Amino acid sequence: MRTAVALVGALALSLATGCAKGGAAGSGGNTVTYWLWDANQMPAYQACAKGFEKENPGLKVKITQMGWADYWTKLTASFIAGTEPDVFTDHIQKFGQFADLNVLEPLDDLNIDDSAYQAGLAANWTGQDGHRYGAPKDWDTVALFYNQKMVKEAGLTAEQLDNLAWNPKDGGTFEEAIAHLTVDRNGKRGDEKGFDKNNVKVYGMATGGAGDGDGQTTWSPFVASAGWHYTDKARWGTKYQYDSKTFQSVVDWYFGLAKKGYLAPFTDYTEGANPANAQVASGKAATSFDGAWMISTYYGTKGLDVGTAPTPVGPTGKRATMMNGLADSITKNARNKEGAKKWVRYLASNECQKTVGSYGIVFPATPDGTRAAVAAYEKKGIDVSAFTEPVTDKKNSATFSFPITDYAADVYALMHPAMQDVFANGAPVSDLTKTNDQINLILGQ
Amino acid sequence: MTIASSSPPSRLPLGGAAGAGTKSRTRRARSRENQGDGRLAAVFIAPAMLGFLLFLLWPTLRGIYLSFTRFNLLTPPEWVGLDNYVRMVHDPIFWDSLTVTVEYVVINIGVQTVSALAIAVLMQRLTQSAVLRGIVLTPYLMSNVVAGIVWLWILDTQLGIGNEIIAGLGADRIPFLADETWAVPTIALINVWRHVGYTALLLFAGLMAIPNDVYEAAKVDGASEWRMFWRITMPLLRPVLAVVLIMTVIGSFQVFDTVAVTTAGGPANATNVLQYYVYGAAFGRFQFGYASAMSVALLVVLSAITVLQYRLTRAGQSDLG
Repeated sequence: MRTAVALVGALALSLATGCAKGGAAGSGGNTVTYWLWDANQMPAYQACAKGFEKENPGLKVKITQMGWADYWTKLTASFIAGTEPDVFTDHIQKFGQFADLNVLEPLDDLNIDDSAYQAGLAANWTGQDGHRYGAPKDWDTVALFYNQKMVKEAGLTAEQLDNLAWNPKDGGTFEEAIAHLTVDRNGKRGDEKGFDKNNVKVYGMATGGAGDGDGQTTWSPFVASAGWHYTDKARWGTKYQYDSKTFQSVVDWYFGLAKKGYLAPFTDYTEGANPANAQVASGKAATSFDGAWMISTYYGTKGLDVGTAPTPVGPTGKRATMMNGLADSITKNARNKEGAKKWVRYLASNECQKTVGSYGIVFPATPDGTRAAVAAYEKKGIDVSAFTEPVTDKKNSATFSFPITDYAADVYALMHPAMQDVFANGAPVSDLTKTNDQINLILGQ
Repeated sequence: MTIASSSPPSRLPLGGAAGAGTKSRTRRARSRENQGDGRLAAVFIAPAMLGFLLFLLWPTLRGIYLSFTRFNLLTPPEWVGLDNYVRMVHDPIFWDSLTVTVEYVVINIGVQTVSALAIAVLMQRLTQSAVLRGIVLTPYLMSNVVAGIVWLWILDTQLGIGNEIIAGLGADRIPFLADETWAVPTIALINVWRHVGYTALLLFAGLMAIPNDVYEAAKVDGASEWRMFWRITMPLLRPVLAVVLIMTVIGSFQVFDTVAVTTAGGPANATNVLQYYVYGAAFGRFQFGYASAMSVALLVVLSAITVLQYRLTRAGQSDLG
């Protein structure tokens, strides 16, 4: 019996010490732990950390990177286990939920000056309680990537693609261009007689899936340039508007492009294996809407000569693109809160953002940081004006933000299958009215 | 001709009257030894028991408790009575995911059991090669997630080598994992591919326990392989087959990883199996109370199916002796 007790004791002891070790790993009085998901950005932030450590002798920043999907799972688990990082890169889509769960530290005492950043970026990170929970770090917009060779073969020019317009009736010059870029197995183009839409060799446009509740790189440039908004208010709205006629007619037209054979169907898209950039890279699609965070991926694809154009002008007479910004947030139970605040203040500073910009991998939130990034991209021979113009040219373009509301995770859980049902299974768009009712019921709780 | 039932049990080498004498002589000594064995057994069982209590029994009880609460993991649970169960009964997605799960289980278990049985019988009757047995088992050495990702790449509509071959043969590409009708059967078959070798090996072990002289007797009587399969193999394999079925059905109902890496429940909710829905409710929406209620429902369904299977297949009894 004694042996048994000893065995159990030893096991319990090893369990306890094992847990303790796990919890204490990498945190301490002079270390600030920091998480991010984009591996491309790692060197830029390591450079920032160096500058920070020089300014704050004795403090060290420990950066951990993990892929997008694992990142959120791990972060969730870390909140529960009490092993959360001091500071982490935050996304608007998750912000509402983290605010609900009360796991973020207010950053009011950092005295973030909204006007020091590109318009709208700082304001998004204020919760319904009026406190700030994120310090702006970068932004991104969406544009049309295209295969230069295919565009040339189709007899189209960069100027033409830069000046496309669309409408939900006949699709305008945008649909004409996409149709013309589509080629079937017999070499017939999408706008030619005898085009076989069931045997398409090259789609005019790659598919990025059904778009969930935001359609960031799919239908959102179209619904927004038709004058539609996600919710009744810009921030913390209480009603979603997926039941709107405008929204439903535009989405119907957009997914209808797949029925005409111009847009790759849902079945061509596997998130893990075959996202939009892979369809363009493999020559299966001539163009794709994608975000600024994908610039280096597209331009880094071997054998692909890529160009970019802004989103097409819509019925409102303006182009529209989502302008989404990430932020750095501090966790409520951060072990090194003081160090964390210093690090976030540094991350939000012009100095760090200029450093990050100089890597030409992302657009930092401060105007100087953005300029540094544009210059760095230029040095690599990449023209990023399709992404920056919507931000600077307010006359011809409108930017809008990711929907920020309560119950963001529930909205996603309902809209993710509902949009797939429309795109993949051909369910009528009017079904979205029911989904919208369910969402608003949850929001009205 | 019913060979199995006509052969008298006493002919089978399962211990007879011969050993009875020696047994009684040493019984007292044994029982003292047995006491020592008991203690030793307790020591050996202790770690597993600790694991059982800590990682199985306690979480199960706590899960049942949580199913009566509203709980987001970060704030204390709040008692809501039967609310979660009421919501579950009225949740069309829950019923839909239960249907999807059953569809998956039927295809998965149906195909898997038949093919595993075929492989096992072929191994028993045709070859004793250890290399071949090893090859049959290889997919099982791969993790479910890796198997899922590999098949996701192979079956991708546009870029997958599987679809390239189909297109090369002049047929239309098949959106195996992106079409609502194909997705569930595809996932079921991916898991058949991974598990069939293991299942076959279990059945093969069962077959090895069937005495060869039964087959020899049948051969002498002029029975064909087909007839021997139905009259000898199947009846004598029944207890093993029943246990294998119970195990694989339980495992099949808990399908999660393959879905998570290949379709994430889509398109729409076509592959939203119960475990995946539970996971999404818990770790996506932080509704741990509701997720617990659905888990309890799965526990009840599985228990009922297991008891039913056990009864129907008489898994506890053998026709052998």
